[in-house]
Amino acid sequence: MNEVKCECGHVNPHGTVLCEACGRVLDEKEKDRKLVDMRYEGSARRSQTYDKTIVDKIWNFFSSVKVGIWLIVITLIASALGTILPQEMYIPPNIPPEQYYLDEYGTFGKLYVEFGFHNLYGSWWYLILVASIGISLVICSLDRVIPLYRALKAQKVSRHEGFLKRQRLFGISTGANSNIDLEQIKINLRDKRYSIREEDGNLLAEKGRFSRWGPYVNHIGLIIFLLGAMLRFVPGMYVDKVLWIREGETKAIPGTNGQYYLSSDKFILEVYDKEKDKEVFSDALGKMGAVAKNYQSNVTLLEREGDAIPGEEPNLKKVKDYSIKVNEPLKYDNYALYQVDYKLDELDKMHFNLINKKSEESFGEIEIDLYNPKLKYELNKGYSVQLMNYFPDFEFDENGDPVTKSPVPNNPAFIFKMFTPDNPEGEVSFVAIQQTVEPFGDNEYKMAFAGIETKNVSALTVRKDLTLWVIGLGGAIFMIGVIQGAYWNHRRIWIQPKSGEVWIAGHTNKNWHGLKREINMVIKDTGIHEPIDQTQEQEKKIS
Amino acid sequence: MAEISSNLLYSAFIIYLVATLVFGGAIKDKKTEKEKKQSKWAVMGFGLTILGFAAQLGYFVTRWIASGHAPVSNLFEFTTFFGMMLVGAFIIIYSIYRTAALGVFTLPVAILVIAYGSMFPRDISPLIPALQSDWLHIHVTTAAAGQAILSVSFAAGLIFLVKAVDQTKSSKQTFWLETVMFGLICTLAFVIVSSVFSGLDYKESFNWVDKKGKEAVMEYSLPALAGPHKGELLEGNFEPIAEMPAIINAKKLNTVIWSIGGGLVLYGLLRLIFRKRVAALLRPLVKNINLDLVDEISYRSVLIGFPVFTLGALIFAMIWAQIAWTRFWGWDPKEVWALITFLFYAAFLHLRLSKGWHGEKSAWLAVIGFAIMMFNLVAVNLVLAGLHSYA
Ligand code: HEM
Repeated sequence: MNEVKCECGHVNPHGTVLCEACGRVLDEKEKDRKLVDMRYEGSARRSQTYDKTIVDKIWNFFSSVKVGIWLIVITLIASALGTILPQEMYIPPNIPPEQYYLDEYGTFGKLYVEFGFHNLYGSWWYLILVASIGISLVICSLDRVIPLYRALKAQKVSRHEGFLKRQRLFGISTGANSNIDLEQIKINLRDKRYSIREEDGNLLAEKGRFSRWGPYVNHIGLIIFLLGAMLRFVPGMYVDKVLWIREGETKAIPGTNGQYYLSSDKFILEVYDKEKDKEVFSDALGKMGAVAKNYQSNVTLLEREGDAIPGEEPNLKKVKDYSIKVNEPLKYDNYALYQVDYKLDELDKMHFNLINKKSEESFGEIEIDLYNPKLKYELNKGYSVQLMNYFPDFEFDENGDPVTKSPVPNNPAFIFKMFTPDNPEGEVSFVAIQQTVEPFGDNEYKMAFAGIETKNVSALTVRKDLTLWVIGLGGAIFMIGVIQGAYWNHRRIWIQPKSGEVWIAGHTNKNWHGLKREINMVIKDTGIHEPIDQTQEQEKKIS
Repeated sequence: MAEISSNLLYSAFIIYLVATLVFGGAIKDKKTEKEKKQSKWAVMGFGLTILGFAAQLGYFVTRWIASGHAPVSNLFEFTTFFGMMLVGAFIIIYSIYRTAALGVFTLPVAILVIAYGSMFPRDISPLIPALQSDWLHIHVTTAAAGQAILSVSFAAGLIFLVKAVDQTKSSKQTFWLETVMFGLICTLAFVIVSSVFSGLDYKESFNWVDKKGKEAVMEYSLPALAGPHKGELLEGNFEPIAEMPAIINAKKLNTVIWSIGGGLVLYGLLRLIFRKRVAALLRPLVKNINLDLVDEISYRSVLIGFPVFTLGALIFAMIWAQIAWTRFWGWDPKEVWALITFLFYAAFLHLRLSKGWHGEKSAWLAVIGFAIMMFNLVAVNLVLAGLHSYA
């Protein structure tokens, strides 16, 4: 009951508009139309045929191109809204977003945050939009591709008269058959790379059918791409860490479970030099001031050997030396290390002299490694200094007690206890940059600042992304599909001799201009007249 | 070398101007239109266009040799390159369809684009580390080529609208078409105003207070109609008409005011002299045009341009971003606007294929698509700051 048998004998699925084999119009409503709708060959699409159950309704919703276009347009507008102000990820991380947007952009900024536009692309509704496009892609493709495939496969050479007459390009050439050189036409068609099928003297010349699959191929590519983007949320697929490393330091690379270590030899910053670099740059450099030429970290990648034993130094084996530059990440075993940031001249070591305040006589110098200070520094002749407390990034908290903001020695402060033969009990002194406090009264001795050593620090992003190949594959398939659909067209020419006449009809899914030109070349000097473009004829009548 | 290079660009510019006029001559030639053969004017116009293109290619190559990198690394270089690609795309499409009117509409757009780009600093500058990659050339050239081919669809759409929109009464269509014309005229005004004042070596500078309360100096190269926040004139003698609050970039706004003001004057003059809408003024140029054919040209350009654009502006961009910025996508405004362009043309193709949006609707879409691309070129670079924003 679900099938429709055409007069030509071909059995079509329920809902077919044009017989798959002969093209006869099956749908009563279509019979009055001047031109047939050839978009999906008049095949039976599920969405056009069933509309009863809830599944039908959902299917029909997502298979509608109208819905698809709306989804695309809404996504487009939403994406644009997110570019009005910078997204949250681009603002300084230490300020709450509400505050930042209010300060920078006033009330508008405040509203922007209230609507959640400052994190638009990560919002649930944006994700739902993209997901709906994905669902729509799957359903709309399934809805069309199978019927289209059936119809194109079942098509016969001899088409029904009504089908030919209702093609956009159609013409009848009268005159005896003998005047018309069908053999020449076939040669011409072959020259144009048409494949030709014949049946009862009728011709079907066809080329570029594969281009009809272009949209479906590109949609599959998109679906794979979207799936790849979702894979990122699967644990283990994606690592995004930052490693700050000082010159001379060896550190475990975060995100590698302690398997890899990196030691940094040097960080280099180069700027363009008006004198040394190409002369053509001198005007620009004169105006712009310093322009960075290179950021580079010279590093050694190390791998741990054996299992990690807590509390024990790992056994490290060198893997390779590398110079990481912008655009030249260090890649190894799915990981990549990128040069992303740096700090020049970070405090590394500080030097102090223990001196007698009155005589200014020095009793020795100590060197404090700000990343790894010792508890006690022994000097000669019974002099020594104990480091009672150390605040690498010092400030006073609300009670006036010294605390540290971070473990980075941006503003180091120390509490020393100085032992001298005069004061074997020790004198306590609080020393910070540019200030000294003596909490228990006047001391005889003090720690006099004697210099600093600095080092460059380099920031590297540690990245592992196992989703890349899926995304790349999706992108490649998408490109193949788009090119397939855009640079080739599916063209068909039907030629049927009928008692004293020759009928010609042509169809292409796009680029009618090209088809018309080709038909003109094919029928040249064969006695067949150029077919008429019935769409243009209609337009002319209207206007 | 740098000298030769800029002379070549200048010659290309002049040749394009002449070619436009010659194509105009081809339209006047009524006889030949029927004979389906190309008129002599059209052949000459096309020849000149190719000559101009060759000259600009010469500019491009010599500048590349001089600087050691492909000249697509700042706003001037990118914009002029986009103009060159536009001419290239026109050459390809013209050789398929041979419609002289396409030259009369595409070449002026290309000329305007090149002139606009030339208003920005033209020094050859060295590359910052992020740009030192072969992907700079690959990504930027394909993206610009894609945009250029898509822009031909705008030119064809414009031809369609100039011919199809009924100019005997005023309607929504005539209003929007005039808006498009006005936009083009404002660009022209920007070019004229900037050239005149830079020719006069005009300078003004102000002490002003930024939004953090800090004092700074701002230099203007056009008379400041809109002055900076708490601005104090240091050099020059033209007092601003209005003072802007600190969160607005007064200098850029001032340029916009000059462009729109200049555009209004030019547009007003045209209307006064000819007593016709500008689009109506252009109508004789499209008299012999077959609407179906330009509609097809417009669609074809989108079909050819969309894959190129996707490849250059999204796929190559993502590959490079993965190498230079550690991740292939970062929601930077320029990236997002490339995505918007992509989505827009995807919608265009679907509307055309499935909803049957041919003819006028399709032409309007081609215009909107061009507007989106120009927004990405102009506004996103100059207004919305991001990683891409050129110096
Ligand atoms: C961003 C998302 C999408 C992109 C980039 C895309 C891309 C394309 C392209 C390039 C074509 C070929 C058009 C042509 O050759 O003129 C196409 C065709 C098509 N697309 Fe999409 N598409 C997208 C989403 C969708 C969605 C959500 C739907 C579902 C409703 C859909 C349904 C179709 C249909 C029905 C066709 C025509 C197939 C045919 O007639 O053979 N597309 N798509």
